[in-house]
Amino acid sequence: MKPRTLFQKIWDNHVVHQEAGRQAILYVDLHLVHEVTSPQAFEGLRLANRLVRRPERTVATADHNVPTSDRSLPIADPISKQQIDTLRANCKEFGITYYDLNDAQQGIVHVIGPELGYTQPGMIIVCGDSHTSTHGAFGALAFGIGTSEVEHVLATQTLLQDKPKTLELRVDGELKPGVTAKDLILYLIGQITTDGGTGYCVEYTGEAIRSLTMENRMTVCNMSIEGGARAGMIAPDDTTYEYLRGRKFVPKDFDAAVAKWRELPTDPGAEYDKSLVFQAADIAPQVTWGTNPGLVVSVNSHVPKPADFSDTTEQKTAAAALEYMGLKGGEAITDLKLDRVFIGSCTNARIEDLRAAAAVARGHQVSENVNAMVVPGSGQVKIQAEQEGLDKVFREAGFDWREAGCSMCLAMNPDKLAPGERCASTSNRNFEGRQGKGGRTHLVSPAMAAAAAIAGHFVDIRDWK
Amino acid sequence: MKSFTTHTGKVVAMDRANVDTDQIIPKQFLKRIERTGFGEFLFWDWSQLDDGSPNPEFELNQPQAEGASILLARRNFGCGSSREHAPWALEDYGFRVIIAPSFADIFYNNCFKNGMLPIRLSEAEVEELFQRATQHTPYALTADLDSQELSDAHGFSARIDVEPFRRHCLLQGLDDIGQTLQHEAKITEYETAHGLAS
Repeated sequence: MKPRTLFQKIWDNHVVHQEAGRQAILYVDLHLVHEVTSPQAFEGLRLANRLVRRPERTVATADHNVPTSDRSLPIADPISKQQIDTLRANCKEFGITYYDLNDAQQGIVHVIGPELGYTQPGMIIVCGDSHTSTHGAFGALAFGIGTSEVEHVLATQTLLQDKPKTLELRVDGELKPGVTAKDLILYLIGQITTDGGTGYCVEYTGEAIRSLTMENRMTVCNMSIEGGARAGMIAPDDTTYEYLRGRKFVPKDFDAAVAKWRELPTDPGAEYDKSLVFQAADIAPQVTWGTNPGLVVSVNSHVPKPADFSDTTEQKTAAAALEYMGLKGGEAITDLKLDRVFIGSCTNARIEDLRAAAAVARGHQVSENVNAMVVPGSGQVKIQAEQEGLDKVFREAGFDWREAGCSMCLAMNPDKLAPGERCASTSNRNFEGRQGKGGRTHLVSPAMAAAAAIAGHFVDIRDWK
Repeated sequence: MKSFTTHTGKVVAMDRANVDTDQIIPKQFLKRIERTGFGEFLFWDWSQLDDGSPNPEFELNQPQAEGASILLARRNFGCGSSREHAPWALEDYGFRVIIAPSFADIFYNNCFKNGMLPIRLSEAEVEELFQRATQHTPYALTADLDSQELSDAHGFSARIDVEPFRRHCLLQGLDDIGQTLQHEAKITEYETAHGLAS
């Protein structure tokens, strides 16, 4: 048999039906559902008198719109409340497992999927959310879909898809001390630009990727969409299997499952449509300066000027970004003063992220000019962090310690920036207004965010004592 | 689903790259549980000044943009969030066609589900259209999906390149779910063969 990539194997395993010149009908193993992109899909089912084909392959939680303050209080925003009530009622009506706000297992959908062992190698996983690419860290084909497609999956457990091309992003060598998975993915996006992955499914390979922990791999795959790729994946290996072993919803005969999963990695000699190679040693801690994640530089450098770009469209983009960000170009990154710090999101709110931030914060105080918050990715992450005493470290340093949810990554709930506020954020998007209208977002790693909170400006984490 | 065969309409040019779906429809409007009524919130943050009055500099607020149904934009239109609220808002506002050198994958896909035609042209063709939109006011284009031609009244013509199956579904206004369910036996067969039957 011709050597195949990880992507090709998963694709082949899931084709239900394919006619020449048409989209393939692919089987979906796991469908994750949240409150924002599902109500219209459930309504569509009702109008057409359809049922959910495989409710047991569908898992729901509320995350985008939930308050991260005291959960014993009612939700203050009546429209948010209605959306969450609607999801609860839809799950009940259609027989879908739903992790409600008071459930200790509630959390960001891309955090709880892996945590509970729903996410497994070789699966096709979809969700009405572009950061579904996170689950690709397990060697799954996972991507975001629109609400019409959510309805299609609910009704048929399949999805119509054009086959994407494959893009290998290989990172050779070892990351230097202080350089994290977040820096790695921001660097890659900076290199390929925000639409470099459009039309592709990315596979991340190379020594620097193989040595990452599962949580770090999730950070990398999470941001695939910020480079334009709907899906990003990493071949499963012992790191993957050890992470999954013992989790609640993994296959009962785990060793048999592992034996099958071992067949998934890309065969020697398999070809990608495109391959790019990078050196881990070239990567320094990264800070975004503009209004898309591809506008990023090393912490020890300067904000670029429009003239630094070659093409006129990019120059215009840079000029508009600088204006929005309240920057002139030429400033040293470490001179940028901050008003807010957000540690959270499906990119960086897992236990290892919180440990990394706490290690920096321990024994320090948040700058008096900065308001800093930590939002765990799930109820389970919160409980574990509290067992390890991380909440105390954060609180004593002056960070606000909150309940799980998407929070200020997209500011749908009350957590948001005021106009003009500058924020160091561990999230995934620095779009205009993403964290609140007029808010200015700089994307960084958890350790860099914590250090910035304490110093009141960006610091090179490699110099942190 | 709504069909699309041919459409002639006024063009509004938006000279910006990487227009993300957070700009097309900001998050505060995603709390609604309906599929309609998003048009009035389209490009909310760009279309208003801080005091809530219309921003006179914003492209869609220009007098000549009144009634436009074709949006001309730069590369990577619709990037970011998968929110289908973005095409819902564009469609509800009155857009039927969006032209750009490239679109983000999820947005591109979502357009077809809502009877809107996203047209990918070369950078040079898009640049040509930007110039024509300045030269002729008002500027109109015709997108004929049947003959796969985009044209104006001044000699411009470009081929609309679209996957045959998407074109077929859009021309006929076919419901995807109905299409797939014609193959329901295959789905059941797949589930049985893979030990997934309930």
